[in-house]
Amino acid sequence: MQLDKKHVGHEFKAFTTAVEAGRVKLFCKAIGEEDPIYVDEAAAKAAGYKALPVPPTFLQAITNDDPEKGGLLRLLDVDIGLILHGEQHYDYYAPVHVGDRITCQQKVVDIYDKKGGALWFVVSETSMKDQTGKAVAKATGITVVRNPDAGKK
Amino acid sequence: MATVPKFDQVKVGDAIKPIVLPPVSRHQLALYCGGSGDHNPIHVDLDFAKKFGFKDVFAHGMLSMGFLGRLVTSYAPRDRIRKLGTRFTSITWVGDVITLSGKVTGKREENGEKLIDLEIKCTNQNGQDTLQGHATVAAA
Repeated sequence: MQLDKKHVGHEFKAFTTAVEAGRVKLFCKAIGEEDPIYVDEAAAKAAGYKALPVPPTFLQAITNDDPEKGGLLRLLDVDIGLILHGEQHYDYYAPVHVGDRITCQQKVVDIYDKKGGALWFVVSETSMKDQTGKAVAKATGITVVRNPDAGKK
Repeated sequence: MATVPKFDQVKVGDAIKPIVLPPVSRHQLALYCGGSGDHNPIHVDLDFAKKFGFKDVFAHGMLSMGFLGRLVTSYAPRDRIRKLGTRFTSITWVGDVITLSGKVTGKREENGEKLIDLEIKCTNQNGQDTLQGHATVAAA
């Protein structure tokens, strides 16, 4: 297995999704987050937020709302069972609240291998803007692909 | 709820109060599958995980990054977080007991903001780091 570096620079189709209160509530339950600012509007307002904020890594739930989810794996022709998450980084420029509509645009920024091709690394960046066009965050992820052919003679 | 850190009172080397989490459960992985929209079956379907050479299902890396987010928001309010990032350095298995810890590694001013840099990590019951991360928060 070898990944084709020609995909560096590929831009995926942008999509827009709404930040929903129920989804934030389930996300908080999953990570054990009990701060009421994420689920109780009165608590959020008392803490100075104009609406319910979202936990810092909830941005992943937003990017996962892509109607063409899995596009990166299809582009690279990689099986989902072979991938691991190598790194994830978020830069926060402005708050994201329940009720916002966020537009995400993902692109491939680098592809490289290590250990003689046993592991491949795919770096992608997703820009996130709110309904006013303001940049709210940048998400940078590194997907690691295990080469099923590594070690075979 | 966290209060905004005061720049002049923060010292490099200051520790964030650690958080010890309950053991990671299969139920938690199912909740995170739905909550995050990461539907990769390797985290919830034992048959699928075994097919790809794993002994069991394992936690989403991003679930653990969510824990790191909790650590940082225990140190500074949500709207003060400017950066959060991590390397996923080893797999978190069902039953693992994760401890969240961190410390201040730097103080600086940028674009008119007083910033505090943090080193943060998840460590399992064997003392192995599962995530090695960093964060930047804006102080007052």
